[in-house]
Amino acid sequence: MDEVRLIEVKQDIHADNEKTAKELRKRLSEEKTFLLNVMSSPGAGKTTTILSTIGQLESTLRFGVLEADIDSMVDAEKVAAEGISAVQLRTGGFCHLDAAMVTKGLEGLDLGGLDVVIIENVGNLVCPAEFDTGAIKSVMILSVPEGDDKPLKYPLMFTVCDVLLVNKIDYLELSDFDMEAMRERVLRLNPDIRIFEISAKTGEGVDEWAAWLSREATSFIRG
Amino acid sequence: MHELQVTERILDVVLKHAAGHDVSKIVVIHLRIGELSDLEDEWLQRYFDYLSKDTLAANARLAIEKAPIVMQCESCASSLEVRKDDLQEIVCADCGESRFRLVSGREYFVKNIEVV
Repeated sequence: MDEVRLIEVKQDIHADNEKTAKELRKRLSEEKTFLLNVMSSPGAGKTTTILSTIGQLESTLRFGVLEADIDSMVDAEKVAAEGISAVQLRTGGFCHLDAAMVTKGLEGLDLGGLDVVIIENVGNLVCPAEFDTGAIKSVMILSVPEGDDKPLKYPLMFTVCDVLLVNKIDYLELSDFDMEAMRERVLRLNPDIRIFEISAKTGEGVDEWAAWLSREATSFIRG
Repeated sequence: MHELQVTERILDVVLKHAAGHDVSKIVVIHLRIGELSDLEDEWLQRYFDYLSKDTLAANARLAIEKAPIVMQCESCASSLEVRKDDLQEIVCADCGESRFRLVSGREYFVKNIEVV
């Protein structure tokens, strides 16, 4: 019988993606384009929040949107209908975006003419958290109807984000969502995270979040 | 949920490392996967069996070792290993702090392969 030999591999599966993400961030800083990755579960209000945010800032910053969907164009059509440059990425069954897919998607946008590109990631709280998209900042949206227990179920997502937007606060009165308990659960996992309470539908709280985004994007663009 | 993509990468990596070593068959693949990842070992093996069918790695067994979640105390910077279910329960033994920063626990690492 053949002798079994051991070959050392010592390789991280994510190494290639992390290299691509790093290259993309370098290019973004040369192009002076701020890339924001928005993640949430389906129905938390990603598209509405993105449109509402752009509505607040479009007089000072030029926006583009990269829409990821497993197999539809509904969101890109909604964004394009508002006159915003949008590219639809069909992930063809993939549950998340990685840096290579984002790099490819950006080919469809004129980065030189854009200050901020927002990625609307695939609606899912698990997979997108594990793959660096090459974005400068990552945001997640948790909507009130989903419940205050989500940090317990999807800890990694809350750990990798710079900002948490708690959306649909206009539903708070109808629900038993405990904002304080939710905040404490999130801060336990990620003490640096910024939390904004918003309603993308009524516009409540969106200005404060938009001001944060504007500051971050402007300081990135100025280098 | 993204076992398929991860499995493809594992297969690529091990085939690349087997090439040039006069390998007739890859028997075992030793992996180290962070506890914070949501991969199911059983599905990883099933996808692997499917993808590796016509390669040197056909029928190879995935030997998966879990890497612990390591968190660092926000106040005094001491580190501790945590189980996923206990993430909300931890309190720093040195200073009583309940806020922590993730240090590691999300890796996907191919350690080595056993070949003939």
